[in-house]
Amino acid sequence: MTDAVSGPLTADSIAGAAYIVAALLFILSLAGLSKHEKARAGVAYGITGMIIALAATIWLTLQDAWGTGHALTGLGLLVAAVAVGGAIGLWRARVVEMTGMPELIALLHSFVGLAAVLVGWNGHLEAPALSSDLMAIHHAEVFIGVFIGAVTFTGSIVAFLKLSARMKSSPLMLPGKNGINLGALAAFIALTVWYVNDSQLWLLIVVTVLALGLGWHLVASIGGGDMPVVVSMLNSYSGWAAAAAGFLLNNDLLIITGALVGSSGAYLSYIMCKAMNRSFISVIAGGFGIAAPASKGDTDHGEHREITAEATAEMLTNASSVVITPGYGMAVAQAQYPVAELAHQLREKGVNVRFGIHPVAGRLPGHMNVLLAEAKVPYDIVLEMDEINDDLGDTSVVLVIGANDTVNPAAAEDPGSPIAGMPVLKVWEAENVVVFKRSMAAGYAGVQNPLFFRDNSQMLFGDAKTRVEDILKAF
Amino acid sequence: MTRIGIVAELGRETRVAATPVTVKQLLGLGYEVVVEKGAGESASFRDEAYAEAGALVVGADEAWGSEVVLRINPPTEDEIARLTVGATLIGSLSPGLRPELVEALAARPITALALDAVPRISRAQSMDVLSSMANIAGYRAVIEAAHEFGRFFTGQVTAAGKVPPAKVLVAGAGVAGLAAIGAASSLGAIVRATDPRPEVADQVKSIGGTYLKVEVAEEMKSTDGYAKATSEAYNARAAEIYSEQAADVDIIITTALIPGRPAPKLLTAEDVASMKAGSVIVDMAAGQGGNVEGSVAGERIVTDNGVVILGYTDLPARLPAQASQLYGTNMVNLLKLLTPDKDGQLRIDFDDVVQRSVTVVREGEKTWPPPPVQVSAAPAVKTDAGTAAESQAPEKKQGLSTAGKAGLFAAGIAVLFGINAVAPAPLPQHFTVLMLSIVVGFYVIGKVHHALHTPLMSVTNAISGIIVVGALLQVTSENIVMQVLAAVAVLLASINIFGGFAVTRRMLAMFSAGKVRS
Repeated sequence: MTDAVSGPLTADSIAGAAYIVAALLFILSLAGLSKHEKARAGVAYGITGMIIALAATIWLTLQDAWGTGHALTGLGLLVAAVAVGGAIGLWRARVVEMTGMPELIALLHSFVGLAAVLVGWNGHLEAPALSSDLMAIHHAEVFIGVFIGAVTFTGSIVAFLKLSARMKSSPLMLPGKNGINLGALAAFIALTVWYVNDSQLWLLIVVTVLALGLGWHLVASIGGGDMPVVVSMLNSYSGWAAAAAGFLLNNDLLIITGALVGSSGAYLSYIMCKAMNRSFISVIAGGFGIAAPASKGDTDHGEHREITAEATAEMLTNASSVVITPGYGMAVAQAQYPVAELAHQLREKGVNVRFGIHPVAGRLPGHMNVLLAEAKVPYDIVLEMDEINDDLGDTSVVLVIGANDTVNPAAAEDPGSPIAGMPVLKVWEAENVVVFKRSMAAGYAGVQNPLFFRDNSQMLFGDAKTRVEDILKAF
Repeated sequence: MTRIGIVAELGRETRVAATPVTVKQLLGLGYEVVVEKGAGESASFRDEAYAEAGALVVGADEAWGSEVVLRINPPTEDEIARLTVGATLIGSLSPGLRPELVEALAARPITALALDAVPRISRAQSMDVLSSMANIAGYRAVIEAAHEFGRFFTGQVTAAGKVPPAKVLVAGAGVAGLAAIGAASSLGAIVRATDPRPEVADQVKSIGGTYLKVEVAEEMKSTDGYAKATSEAYNARAAEIYSEQAADVDIIITTALIPGRPAPKLLTAEDVASMKAGSVIVDMAAGQGGNVEGSVAGERIVTDNGVVILGYTDLPARLPAQASQLYGTNMVNLLKLLTPDKDGQLRIDFDDVVQRSVTVVREGEKTWPPPPVQVSAAPAVKTDAGTAAESQAPEKKQGLSTAGKAGLFAAGIAVLFGINAVAPAPLPQHFTVLMLSIVVGFYVIGKVHHALHTPLMSVTNAISGIIVVGALLQVTSENIVMQVLAAVAVLLASINIFGGFAVTRRMLAMFSAGKVRS
């Protein structure tokens, strides 16, 4: 804290040093994720950093308040809160299904958001004695911190509800929704100015409610298929919320960590948006779902052909190379284990099996990789879209499992298509394509997929899991 | 229950209209199936195999007496007379080329369906017998050529010297042409192909051939999926290409056919004379007049300069088992369409364009020719709309021009400068830290492996629980409200910290390299 006396080896200087070490360890932790081999060491760095930071803070807090009555209450509350929170966290982490990762992560974002709101409120309740200049800044920081935290909180709650199907995933369409968002932002700026001049509690309550509403509306008007962007965007917000708290509390560790998390989420959102060929602004403003392409529905695509699981098994056995492109449907059907077994058996037969992952497959960046890893698919055969796209032309069989828009040739070939220009897996260049699908319904984007009517593609209808198991039986 | 009769073919035909495999599928549609004794003999399908599949093996009269008769070749006058009243005959009838046959069929109270009159639309592709037979013929043409050719197709470097690869020219990249290109290139030859439709270039390339483009200012748009006659200028340039190629290549396979017209002459006698001795020409259009001067339908000719010209017209029948299987499957697919309820009752729906097109005679009434079907395989109309959309799309998508982006960037810098210029003491320091951290963050995150994005999110979840530091500093406040709020914040942040790290560890433990499993 700035108001403490500084000198050699005070509590503050030791805590400050500990924070710098912790910040470095956090950076190393993220850097560790650049390679699979280093990833586990990275988590160890992160945990060490967290322990150092917490130990330093607790020590600092207790030293400041030692001997007073409220310190004891505080310590009691602290221990109880950490114990309960830690237990809940560990329990959730242990039982969560890998298919349920997006929900868990969305929920965790909401906690950061709520914590930021609470810290901001406390900042209001305990205004430090400062000069008027600094006081104004302090007020602005409280306000901004609460606003970002509250938006993150409700936004993440809605994302969680949508991902866990407790809320309809179709976008909410309020009239003039862009006006609502912009109006909320304008109101926030006006309220900030007011609050800086006259820090009333009711203003803080108003802005909290406003931000909660904005967060809710923002995410409610984004459709289920854009969730990878939303979740990473909320990840980013939760980081900025922490950074704002850092400004409020004059704490560099919070600023560094918040900025790291914030830029991480922003970067992921950027990758996702690029992979969907959409502007970031239009996704977060819930702009995409509007243009439902109704006019295109009448085009005669011809007829699709069906294939049986037995015939697919035969085709796979005779193939020299197989590429599997999974999508959200694989997660829904919990088909990752039989798919992994299929890949394993084919590899035993000497077939070159690889997986092609579109960046936005699933509901979370990297979701498919985690599911496949869970089912023990070796990570070196799980390739990214850009790594596999050029090889698809020489592939004997492509299995499309629960993916639709990410393999739609219309994106590459039909400039009038709503998803035109979106980079897709060019599965149609392969010799044969087998599409696992429940029915002929259109994908998330509501765009018909001409792939299904190609001469080299055949449909295998039914639940992806049962169908893959049928193929395994037919071997 | 309706009975289907598989009857034997006449003369040198080796194929049969149904195999034991397709018989099973016919039974699955609810039909009863009888097979004339010995019908599949020359295609290596024995009577026992049919019986095993569930068909009844019967005499010729009984087979011809069925309600539905399946055939490959058109029937003779005598055979038409053997059909019962109300019977349905399905086969390759070439109604367009044989009006007299259509008349003869219409003279009887029967229904006749021509399997080779299926329109070229994607829906009907599974019954397109012309395509399936052309595919076989293209393959066989290469095999015949290889048989006549006195050398390897593939190039080799051996202890006994270097062998150059054979050069093959395929004229016409339709179904047969593409099959020939594929077969020849998989034998190791250098394959070139010509075709008046430039859109086939990619298809040729995809199966290993090189497309020779005829450079004239004219493009052919096919609306019914078949090639059409070409212009003078085009023909002149094409002829030059053929002459050049004839002198260079070892094998020429011609597949050029225009429906309802004699086959175009592609190679003149001079071209043939310019070829090396031992070269082989397979004229797959010999039956329709031939693409090559000097070819004779059904014959093997050797020219004075030692070039072999094969004019075989029975190429599919030279792979009888394969051809019968594909033909039989096409037949089953047509019957599936005609038996929508799978109840063994054959119904013809004239509102369906495929069923209308194949029907030559319905209950003694001539229904040939059918109204033309437009396939629009070439996007003639669409191009205009397409280019219009294309020219507009980028503007809409762009959103911000380069100048706009630069402006925004400059504005951002100015705001940052402004804030830090007026802000009192601790703020600029904080901005320094924030800025540097963002920059570090972007570079570090940019290097994260794409497969580890989910662990990245959960680990950032955990470390964003660092907000607990803020709450910790407040938990010892004198204000009990603040203490409670801070404690709640600590609780929430703890869930994040513990949960985030634990779930990340759990996920990372699952990622394993190839050696673990295989």
